Amino acid sequence: MTMKMLTPAFAVQRDTDRCIRCRVCVNQCANEVHYMDEDGWMWVDEDRCVGCQRCGVLCPTHALSITEFPMQFRSNRYWTPSHIREIYAQAQTGGVLLTGMGNPRLYRSFFDHLLLNASQVTNPSIDPLREPMELTTYLGNKDMDKPDQEKPQLRLKVPVMFAAMSYGAVSLNVQKSLAMAAREMGTMWNTGEGGLHADLREYSPNTIVQVASGRFGVNPDYLQAAAAVEIKIGQGAKPGIGGHLPGEKVTPDVAQTRMIPTWSDAISPAPHHDIYSIEDLAQLVETLKVATGYTKPIAVKVAAVHNIAAIASGIVRAGADIVVIDGFRGATGAAPLRIRDNTGIPIEVALAQVHQRLLDEGIRQRASLVVSGGIRSSADVIKAIILGADAVYIGTAALIALGCHMCQCCFTGRCNWGIATTDPHLSKRLNPHLGAEMAANLLRAWEHEIKEMMGGMGINSVDSLRGNRLMLRGIGLERHELELLGVLAAGE
Amino acid sequence: MLRREGEIRIPSGCAIAGIINRQGERFGGSDIIASIANMHQRSNGLGGGFAAYGIYPEYQDYYALHIYYDDETARQLTENYLNQNFRIVVNEMLPLRPLRRIVDAPLIWRYFVRPREEKLMLTHMGEDDFIFQAVMWINDCLRGAFVASSGKNMGAFKGVGYPEDLGEFFRLEEYHAYLWTAHGRFPTNTPGWWGGAHPFTLLNWSVVHNGEISSYSTNRRFLEMYGYKCSLQTDTEVIAYTFDFLMRKQQLSLEETLDVIAAPFWTSIQKDAQARLRRRYAALLLNGPFSIIVATGNGLVAVNDRIKLRPLVAGTRGNYLYVASEESAIRVVAPVLEKIWTPGGGEPVVGLLNDMEGLTAVPDQQSRSA
Amino acid sequence: MKVVSSAEYCLGCGLCRIHCAAGHDGYNGSILKAYKRGTPRPRADLIVDQDQSWLNTCQHCPDAPCVNGCITGALQRDERGVVYIEEEICVSCYTCIMVCPYGHILPGEQAVLKCDLCRDRSGQPACVAACPNGALRLVNEGEIA
Repeated sequence: MTMKMLTPAFAVQRDTDRCIRCRVCVNQCANEVHYMDEDGWMWVDEDRCVGCQRCGVLCPTHALSITEFPMQFRSNRYWTPSHIREIYAQAQTGGVLLTGMGNPRLYRSFFDHLLLNASQVTNPSIDPLREPMELTTYLGNKDMDKPDQEKPQLRLKVPVMFAAMSYGAVSLNVQKSLAMAAREMGTMWNTGEGGLHADLREYSPNTIVQVASGRFGVNPDYLQAAAAVEIKIGQGAKPGIGGHLPGEKVTPDVAQTRMIPTWSDAISPAPHHDIYSIEDLAQLVETLKVATGYTKPIAVKVAAVHNIAAIASGIVRAGADIVVIDGFRGATGAAPLRIRDNTGIPIEVALAQVHQRLLDEGIRQRASLVVSGGIRSSADVIKAIILGADAVYIGTAALIALGCHMCQCCFTGRCNWGIATTDPHLSKRLNPHLGAEMAANLLRAWEHEIKEMMGGMGINSVDSLRGNRLMLRGIGLERHELELLGVLAAGE
Repeated sequence: MLRREGEIRIPSGCAIAGIINRQGERFGGSDIIASIANMHQRSNGLGGGFAAYGIYPEYQDYYALHIYYDDETARQLTENYLNQNFRIVVNEMLPLRPLRRIVDAPLIWRYFVRPREEKLMLTHMGEDDFIFQAVMWINDCLRGAFVASSGKNMGAFKGVGYPEDLGEFFRLEEYHAYLWTAHGRFPTNTPGWWGGAHPFTLLNWSVVHNGEISSYSTNRRFLEMYGYKCSLQTDTEVIAYTFDFLMRKQQLSLEETLDVIAAPFWTSIQKDAQARLRRRYAALLLNGPFSIIVATGNGLVAVNDRIKLRPLVAGTRGNYLYVASEESAIRVVAPVLEKIWTPGGGEPVVGLLNDMEGLTAVPDQQSRSA
Repeated sequence: MKVVSSAEYCLGCGLCRIHCAAGHDGYNGSILKAYKRGTPRPRADLIVDQDQSWLNTCQHCPDAPCVNGCITGALQRDERGVVYIEEEICVSCYTCIMVCPYGHILPGEQAVLKCDLCRDRSGQPACVAACPNGALRLVNEGEIA
């Protein structure tokens, strides 16, 4: 038997002065970290702890704290503890390292190097409490041959939508929460590639359905029960490969919604096997338009990769009404660690390049641009709009609003917060009514913040913010980075 | 080192004024000069200008190009280009009166031209489009030269100085027009540049503007898709091109154009057609405080931003319509008025020549003489 | 008025009972004081049946058999309809425990224990406020849970 090299990732500390042995922690940890023995003593099995903090949050006396296990390697900037531990794990199992959520590594975050303008003297700021401030956004093809021949549009009251997260990757309660919040706030949620559960049909007017490479759940009803259809070519977390739902999460209900066998791994093919070149995409877009009677916008989602500007141009010319670009910080329920952390490019530069390219080619009006992949706050939203986006999708932020603690173990199916699981016992932990309230609150808060920032810039409509690059300045960026983003440096 | 305007964008606050005789009766420039001089405080001496319509009746079929040159070399280069592409019937310096208060004036020339037939045939363009391309090219590519105006039977007279001084400098009392607009500038940087003064023109369009367009970058990038080069890097330029694009190229009516630039709020839009217009041309919504006077051969329209962040007053007396940033600027030339009012945000003041249907892009066929 | 418990959202964590105990008997909400230095007495039981659980708490019936059956008059109904126990008068005869069809009353040392909707405190009942998953709601008479 080989020696186990891996020490626990987390240390679970219990303050025995505060512990009242109520066993809430025992009860609530799906990984069975806590237990009480027959003598009434509380014990901890740290190896199992994933750092989800459920026990710490629920402990009524705050007796628990979770920290990184204090086993430190000799300082090595190149061979980091992560690299070392990952090799131990692979030596143990011979397997591909799986992970969840988005790229956590330290790469340049352009959002954190962009600063906003405000009006001073030469232009008055506008007071959002006293003046109308318009965030209404329409997504769709704005090119019109004749004035009354408008193509189908999606109306958003706020330019933030809930990103694609499939039923199977997340629980049905998550989808219910997001669907209810989307309806409440006048925006959209996205089914992801897991099909649309019957319980969610009533949210049709706020639903975007996805047609991904596995075509899970795609049938005529599915297409009709949506406000828009999104062809998913790729996602930022794993450009070049398809979705991955481990068999443990494929319950009978998930299986039925996806139209696949129970408990089988649902691994979407890497490409769509009917899209091997751009003209094939044009055909699929047209097919979907015919299937929906030309009444719904058709979106195409791709991951941000190296020649994204050319790809986006091709997608627009292939007839897409909405182009969705997912940057390398995009999250997932399961992906190989190496692909998640090393593939794709940041959404900020992708967006800036795509927007400019579409302008240069004179086709920017033909499709709306939606971006995602690491939108963390209303400041990120506004910067994305200024760089040229019509709207953003939020995935990670939405899940955090529902209670996610970013432990990155979604692929195990044992999410203690009832989010990235299909286990009915765990799924219960997210009450969709509470979830809807929290998700709607997040959007409400961001909406107010965006209005405040816009007002400060002297702008009262998001139409005038879109692509208004002079409202941004870069700080701490190199000259070529500023050029790629199309912004000046602070002070210029 | 201070960069020249045109290399960077300089916002400015200002004064505007306009007078039209709706019967087409022409009058000298002293009224408009008095009107703009009354608002002296609103400028800082770094810019002023006038647009005048009906001043070249004997050349009304020719495009009157007013071109400013930094030096002789620029003039040679430009005139070569013009000779190749246009039939030039007049080629002369603009008559000027030297004033101590106006310094560093560029060379200012005036040409009456028409595109050469063979060039037109080669390019398959209409005459207007041909001029449009030429103006964009000269402003963007010929260093040291820019076109101040390029319309028929109209001209722009602008530069660095107080507007009333520039009026003297350009000898405006000698010109007779049925429509005058004027502008005084308060740019927030020095030095001012002759090209940065208002009005901004393209073909028969002229715009004078008070305010700052916070949507400038959005508006500009949209217009660039359609061949407009915003080389003068000012907000006002974008307004002129927006009118040209929407009314001449997209054939929208004045009402539709105003529904784009000063779009009603989503919550107040009643008609589907208005909503569609707003969606289609969302990138041309003008945000930020503005009062503008847009003029063309058959009239003017004066309008504010939709939440009225800049002043604008209008008045009428007989055939005359007056608009200005301040009431006193109107009263100083017309103390007795039949009507005087302050339009609301987004509400246009329209003054057209009496037998004209609406403010269109087509230059008027002939002006009426007094 | 009563607290209703939803088996659909109840996680069986027991936080309701912990906060209930801390909110009574003079502990003033201090869980540490109740559990470390005192005798915590939650007023309802958590019932766990396979996958489901719920808080079995008094429903403050309009025609309460416990009030009718109380031999000393310790069980009373106040002006808001809350059925509570006047502890000094209770003699722990357990008649109320026997007559309650739902087992909402629990045995205790000085007196029996039952939900009193936290009538001595302001704000939501402690259990409702403490539930992390919205499984408990305070509803009015006649309101469908």
